[in-house]
Amino acid sequence: MAPLLELRGITKRFPGVLANDHINLTLEKGEIHALLGENGAGKTTLMNILYGLYNQDEGEILVNGKETEINEPTDAIRAGIGMVHQHFMLIPVFTVTENVMLGEEFTKSGGFLDRSKAANRVREISEKYNLNVDPDAYVGDLPVGTQQRVEIIKLLFRDADVLIMDEPTAVLTPQEVEELFKIMRFLVDQGKSIIFITHKLGEVLECSDRITVIRGGKVIGTTTPKDASTKKLASMMVGRDVELQIKKKKAQTGDVILDVKDLEVLNPQNQVAVDGISFQVKAGEVLGIAGVQGNGQTELVRALTGLLKPVDGKISILGQETTNASPRKITELGSAHIPEDRQKDGLVLSFPVADNLVLNTYYQPPFAQGLVAQYDKIIENSLNLVEKFDIRTPSVTTAVSTLSGGNQQKVIVAREFSRPIKLLIASQPTRGLDVGSIEYIHKRLIEKRDEGTAIVLVSTELDEVIQLSDRIAVMYRGKIIDTINGSMANKEILGLLMAGIHPDEDTIARAKSKKEQIVLT
Amino acid sequence: MEKENKPQKKPNSFEIFLEEIQRSSWIVTFLAIFTGIILGGLLAAVTSLEMYAAFKVSFWDGIKTGLQVAWSTYSALFTGSVGDFGKIKLALAGGDALEIRRAFFPFFESLVQSTPYIFGGLAVAVGFRAGLFNIGVEGQIFIGALTGTWAGYSFPELPAIIHVPLALLCGFLGGALWGFIPGLLKAKTGASEVINTIMMNYIAFRLSEYMLRGPMKDPAEYTPKTPVIADTAMLHHFFQDPIRFHLGFFIALGIALLIYLLLFKTTWGFELRTVGANSNAARYAGMSNIMVTILAMTLSGGLAGLAGTNEVLGVNLRLVPAFSSGYGFDSIALALLGKNHPLGVVLSALLFGFLRSGARQMQLKAGIPIDIISILQALILAFIAAPAIIRTIYRLKEPKVEEEEFTSSRWGG
Repeated sequence: MAPLLELRGITKRFPGVLANDHINLTLEKGEIHALLGENGAGKTTLMNILYGLYNQDEGEILVNGKETEINEPTDAIRAGIGMVHQHFMLIPVFTVTENVMLGEEFTKSGGFLDRSKAANRVREISEKYNLNVDPDAYVGDLPVGTQQRVEIIKLLFRDADVLIMDEPTAVLTPQEVEELFKIMRFLVDQGKSIIFITHKLGEVLECSDRITVIRGGKVIGTTTPKDASTKKLASMMVGRDVELQIKKKKAQTGDVILDVKDLEVLNPQNQVAVDGISFQVKAGEVLGIAGVQGNGQTELVRALTGLLKPVDGKISILGQETTNASPRKITELGSAHIPEDRQKDGLVLSFPVADNLVLNTYYQPPFAQGLVAQYDKIIENSLNLVEKFDIRTPSVTTAVSTLSGGNQQKVIVAREFSRPIKLLIASQPTRGLDVGSIEYIHKRLIEKRDEGTAIVLVSTELDEVIQLSDRIAVMYRGKIIDTINGSMANKEILGLLMAGIHPDEDTIARAKSKKEQIVLT
Repeated sequence: MEKENKPQKKPNSFEIFLEEIQRSSWIVTFLAIFTGIILGGLLAAVTSLEMYAAFKVSFWDGIKTGLQVAWSTYSALFTGSVGDFGKIKLALAGGDALEIRRAFFPFFESLVQSTPYIFGGLAVAVGFRAGLFNIGVEGQIFIGALTGTWAGYSFPELPAIIHVPLALLCGFLGGALWGFIPGLLKAKTGASEVINTIMMNYIAFRLSEYMLRGPMKDPAEYTPKTPVIADTAMLHHFFQDPIRFHLGFFIALGIALLIYLLLFKTTWGFELRTVGANSNAARYAGMSNIMVTILAMTLSGGLAGLAGTNEVLGVNLRLVPAFSSGYGFDSIALALLGKNHPLGVVLSALLFGFLRSGARQMQLKAGIPIDIISILQALILAFIAAPAIIRTIYRLKEPKVEEEEFTSSRWGG
């Protein structure tokens, strides 16, 4: 029997780039086929061709063994192919039903919308595939994971058999990822087929049936989770052996660099986000701060870096109190900050690479003499850093916005690491980056640690925290619920702590009895 | 896929300049002006009765007459703004000094007209670069004219070398105060500078009316006018009447150069542009958004004040009611046209100056309504604001950098 979907020799050229080079890919009915590759490998281009957003220069698409022309998304939908985009295409002020029926409205006689018929259909689909979505809820009120399921319902509503999911886990919390994988499994059990685009190795091994690795627009190979390992996949993806497990020496700790006492910080809604936290970080160690997104990590980092004034408590850096200091004062003390949202806080996207590399040192010699900026020196500095940190950019006067995410992050890392620092506060330093860039940034972080820098690493990626940290503090609802030794940490313990549960039996028992008490009263 | 493309040599300043030009897509600006002129000609033809009369004779007569109308409109605009080459030749051959001055009058009058536009455009551009939308340029022009005029007639004994700079400084400070207030409100309370500068405009208009009828009124006159400024405060006129071309034009060019250096060659300009492009990143980098906002609005207001003072010291020599007919509002348009770059502002100020001045002569001499020029300006701006139209018409490629965002992104507050 012919496969459900077959791509033969798909080639797509963009000016100066061969984005897809004779790609062959088959998708069988009832399988999850992972498409793995670094950012810019050509995965998304391929899927956009399949979905009709681009037209291929060469090659053909076969659906159920029949050659099919897909020139625009409507052709794809007619052929039973649907796509969940990385950024959702939903209207927040509409209900789930309204969003789903958009473009395919049921009408009653007289042209009025038949919402209830559509709502019933949505409910049916939701029940059949275990999606658990309320058709009458407003999309804006739903958590991200549920919004994603609305996108899936949109496809099922249009009777899609092939679901393309573009980096679906990028926006989800670990719990939501688990949930999504269950749903994907359930969907294929019901006869749907899924193309799962990602660059995360662990996810691929966890939930796919077959894996195709793409690099530089070419198919490198197809394998199955049974025959593959993260190490093998990573080297296929990057084209060389990648050290996933960073080698690091035992930490040589020195003096206390950062000292936080009873810190209390409010979020913009004036709710307590950081609730009386105390900790210390010594020179030459990495303190990992783990936790589900939104448990006060953002506010903690903003307070440490002077961007948010704490309401109570004390912060000292190198023995100097910086509780209410300005960001500049803190920077000048020898503190560096890799911000959580690199495009929002860390870079001026419309500025050239060179300017971004001096964003917080522009006023100091040699980059300025008095008021006069020394552009010769700024350019010279940028040429050095571009070389040293391997930032891929056409020139140092190119706007940072045109760089890939990994290279944008390298600009920040280069800037923060290029001056002598005693303390580094790194928030989600590898979010959204590909394997090569992650490896690179991890190496640099450990390098800095070994040079005697105190590092606070805030990350929601458990693997990252476990690999890099010497000690791990887990934040839960604004408090540090526990601090554990890095060598002792594993995903299970951290996972429990992140959910607010102390992993020893005693605590578990108490938590249980507490729950029962609540139920009783 | 990513090519290893490391820069091998240090880019020189020319290459940086070239890169800047390409990124800011001046080509679209140029084509927008070109398209506006074509459509303006079409409009002139369509609105002329002659053409319809000619169409009754034959189709080709109609087309021909239409083209003639468009042609005569633009040639009248050209002679009105630059001059009539035939006349210039005759006058030069004749050798009569007055005739020569009359022949060259349109060209210099256009430069005179461009001068306040340069100041006003710079004022708006400085605001935009800092992410601030200064709609209050018109009001700041009035205040600057008031303070400049006051300084102009209050010190009759000063030597010119001191009096002119003093009067200019007073004009600058007056406008600066009018920019400082909304700047302070914005920085300290977050109050929208858009709303507040509009409000400050009304205060400025009414205040200047009061001053002209009250404290600053020339007692010798019946109508509300200030006294004439002292000769020592006048900006030097390079030629005799009727040419009014004065020192102000070169001062404006000098200020434009200073603003360029300030924005692109100083640390303060770096801060200003960073705050304007991404205020979060500015805060992250330890810059003071509050200081930058206040100073940028103050500078913007001061530049607008100079536009007003310049008109009084160079052209009007006294302040009369409603002396600025919308320079401030045109300045917003021309700053956008000039991409908020001092060089672009100077060029678009010249364009506006020549169009305005030419239009007046055109109406006077050829009887073509001045409104054609307003429509032409509006068309050009519409094309600038919607670059997609121009890119589609001329099959231009999409810009690599989304740089149009930078003036519009902050409009939502």
